[in-house]
Amino acid sequence: MEREGLTINPAKTCQPIGAMYAALGIHGCLPHSHGSQGCCSYHRSTLTRHYKEPVMAATSSFTEGASVFGGQANLLQSIETIFAVYDPEVIAVHSTCLSETIGDDLQQITKKASDDGKIPEGKYVIYASTPSFVGSHVTGYANMVSGMAEQFAVSTGAKTEQINIVAGWMEPSDMREIKDIAKAMGAKILLFPDTSDVLDAPQTGKHEFYPKGGVTIDGLKSSGDSKCSLALGCISAEPAAIALDKKCKVPFETVDMPIGLSATDRFVMALSKAAGVKVPAEITAARGRLVDVMADMEQYLHGKKVALFGDPDQLIPLTEFLLDLGMKPTHIVSGTPGMRFEKRMQEILERAPYANFKNGLGADMFLLHQWIKNEPVDLLIGNTYGKYIARDEQVPFVRFGFPILDRIGHSYFPNVGYMGGLRLVEKILGVLMDRQDQEALEEKFELVM
Amino acid sequence: MDTHNIALLEGREGQVYEKRQDGPEVEIACDKTSLSGSVSQRACVFCGSRVVLYPVADAIHIVHGPIGCAAYTWDIRGAVSSGPELHRLSFSTDLQEMDVIYGGEKKLYRSLVELIDQYEPKAAFIYSTCIIGLIGDDIEAVCRKVAKEKGIPVMPVHSEGFKGTKKDGYKAACNALMKLVGTGSTEGISKYSINILGEFNLAGEAWIIREYYEKMGVQVVATMTGDGRIDDIRRSHGATLNVVQCSGSMTTLAKEMEEKYGIPYIRVSYFGFEDMSKSLYDVAALFPDRPEIMDKAKEIVRDEIRKYYPEMQQFKAALTGRKAAIYVGGAFKTFSLIKALRTVGMSVVLAGSQTGNKDDYRRLKEMCDEGTVIVDDSNPVELSKFVLEKEADLLIGGVKERPIAFKLGVGFCDHNHERKIPLAGFVGMYNFAKEVYESVMSPVWQFAPRKGGLK
Repeated sequence: MEREGLTINPAKTCQPIGAMYAALGIHGCLPHSHGSQGCCSYHRSTLTRHYKEPVMAATSSFTEGASVFGGQANLLQSIETIFAVYDPEVIAVHSTCLSETIGDDLQQITKKASDDGKIPEGKYVIYASTPSFVGSHVTGYANMVSGMAEQFAVSTGAKTEQINIVAGWMEPSDMREIKDIAKAMGAKILLFPDTSDVLDAPQTGKHEFYPKGGVTIDGLKSSGDSKCSLALGCISAEPAAIALDKKCKVPFETVDMPIGLSATDRFVMALSKAAGVKVPAEITAARGRLVDVMADMEQYLHGKKVALFGDPDQLIPLTEFLLDLGMKPTHIVSGTPGMRFEKRMQEILERAPYANFKNGLGADMFLLHQWIKNEPVDLLIGNTYGKYIARDEQVPFVRFGFPILDRIGHSYFPNVGYMGGLRLVEKILGVLMDRQDQEALEEKFELVM
Repeated sequence: MDTHNIALLEGREGQVYEKRQDGPEVEIACDKTSLSGSVSQRACVFCGSRVVLYPVADAIHIVHGPIGCAAYTWDIRGAVSSGPELHRLSFSTDLQEMDVIYGGEKKLYRSLVELIDQYEPKAAFIYSTCIIGLIGDDIEAVCRKVAKEKGIPVMPVHSEGFKGTKKDGYKAACNALMKLVGTGSTEGISKYSINILGEFNLAGEAWIIREYYEKMGVQVVATMTGDGRIDDIRRSHGATLNVVQCSGSMTTLAKEMEEKYGIPYIRVSYFGFEDMSKSLYDVAALFPDRPEIMDKAKEIVRDEIRKYYPEMQQFKAALTGRKAAIYVGGAFKTFSLIKALRTVGMSVVLAGSQTGNKDDYRRLKEMCDEGTVIVDDSNPVELSKFVLEKEADLLIGGVKERPIAFKLGVGFCDHNHERKIPLAGFVGMYNFAKEVYESVMSPVWQFAPRKGGLK
């Protein structure tokens, strides 16, 4: 089917949900959606379905009047209400297609709120522009992370030993793993945003409006004095590192999100260099375990064709990891646009000249399905929306990315680092070998695999 | 923030009421737009339209706007179809910045033509999202043009998110349906016929209800919109009676059909033994010239209750004295829920809705026990506060309420889109009791720190 104007079964969603997710990674922060009530409700529902956690966020509740006269009054009222009733440390406002089209200027309105004394002493309002008709949920995340860096970071002139690690869009489990790796290496880091202990909070018998996790405001302020930044992902993390460099002269390096062996190697080396610390034996051993499993299981993975879809900063290292495993990434789709992404994928795909890759407009699940029908694959990797294709085409399916609405685990078990690599290999082998067992003829049915 | 001692949100006092004998007679404030800055559980106009029309399975549903609105409503309702499944796909014009500047009409036109050629649907619904209302695309004109070219009905749905509340979205959906009603042949429709309105076939509920009525000898012309078909809707004006559930969503359509085609309507609920029986009797009573219909209705009620009653008593024995909190979309649902919970021995300590009106809340006040808190357009803080204060054992709500209940360490029952088990009909009451029983009696709650935790 030739298509010009249409997206069928999208492989992305809109910017504001990314901004909301990022803001939840600040301690004591209430995300605020400056738009219609539905936007906020949809984002909260989707995040709740993905994390099985309460997700708190406020909305400007636009009405007909606001869309004619501008949303300034709604936002000012919101800021007042939120501080009076929900008492957060910070409100993180993001815009929507509606408020952007009306022409609301978040910077100006926030300034007015401050001038009018609507922001209590010691409290903050930050903002990010995230119109839904630009980019995708991934760029929305990047914009909010960028906003928190830019609007909080202060340069006192005295550099510290701290290294900023800007987390690309990853799960709370991944953020926890990054902190653990840095701790094992003895590197002093500030990770932001940080949704661990926010969206994987324990059952306490209470509803914690502001769970204990999240990067603190003092932490964010101190990012301006850090000696350097490491951005994990060129799309979702790098813009914040650039903003810090511009505002506070914090030099940065961008590495791929540490998914799989090679990308984790590069991350560990970059962190070791930046912090001036040696890679400790326990990290080397973790790497060794991953390589060991890759070697043990090579015969089950080699040459297997894979279709994958999702978000740029995950797809880049995941594609590379599949190649490292001897697999063939055959069809790759992402709804998120971006030249940086395309360029990086081209570099990775030099090892896979046979691969189909498309991102941005028209790169949707319908296209992926057509590709798979034309050239079948052995494995599908992506978010929950892949399950229709997996079922139709009878393809083994590993859930990976955002959103995952029908399984658990992503909040608790990381995909990053060497342990994350092991988990991915385990999941991939699990579905491939289950299929092999199901389809094996009686005489070929193996006990030992 | 400590949810134990939280004050009510400023400006919300009027929307929260505790029933007391010696208390003042106050009217609950409702039908208000939410306060800017509140963590409301409500959605928007688009959401209202989308959920109502979603189950029409042989039409394509195109969301005209940026990608989000289509992405978030992709296959979110468990509204099942017995045939075509076009409704489970997500179609969007995925508007970009340039479209916002120069208008999206051409893109919409191309999308429609491509889609209709590909899927050959019976009709198309075009949903306007927020910015369509601002950039001024003339979607009516596009719809007319495509309808003419392709020979199928193409209905604009005026569902710009900011133009009211979810209820206004229901109205916009009804307006779109009304354009279809009256365009089909009514040949072969019996005098003893009904349309089922406001039943969305979640987990196959419409099939259960339809079967009861058909067993009674009543013809069901169209279900709107559960397992919905365009051709059925087009000829639904041939039915003798409209039977309307879920008052908020479909009453507009019933009223319009009454005005235009003289079809009377009754309001029913299929939830709980009491209301389910009543909805069969009420229909039968309107066909007095054929007493077999009433006889059959009585037989169904007797047989069905006999089938489920014994096991229900076991649930009741375990649940008696337990307390429930209800926070759902429409107030009408809460009435049935209160009765159903009483059937299994549970009392209701909190009852509320997102979109109830004054009449709903007046009736709710009459129904509720002393000490019950009634809320309109509530929020997580309030819900948590009252669940803890009133020591509820169960919360009934939707997707955003579920994890709150579980964090507080109380049982939960989904009474919204996400349920997988039919709760309508007699079997539905049994399912409901079973689900409530399983959740309230789950061994997991004993491990909640609030109930003791690690010793």
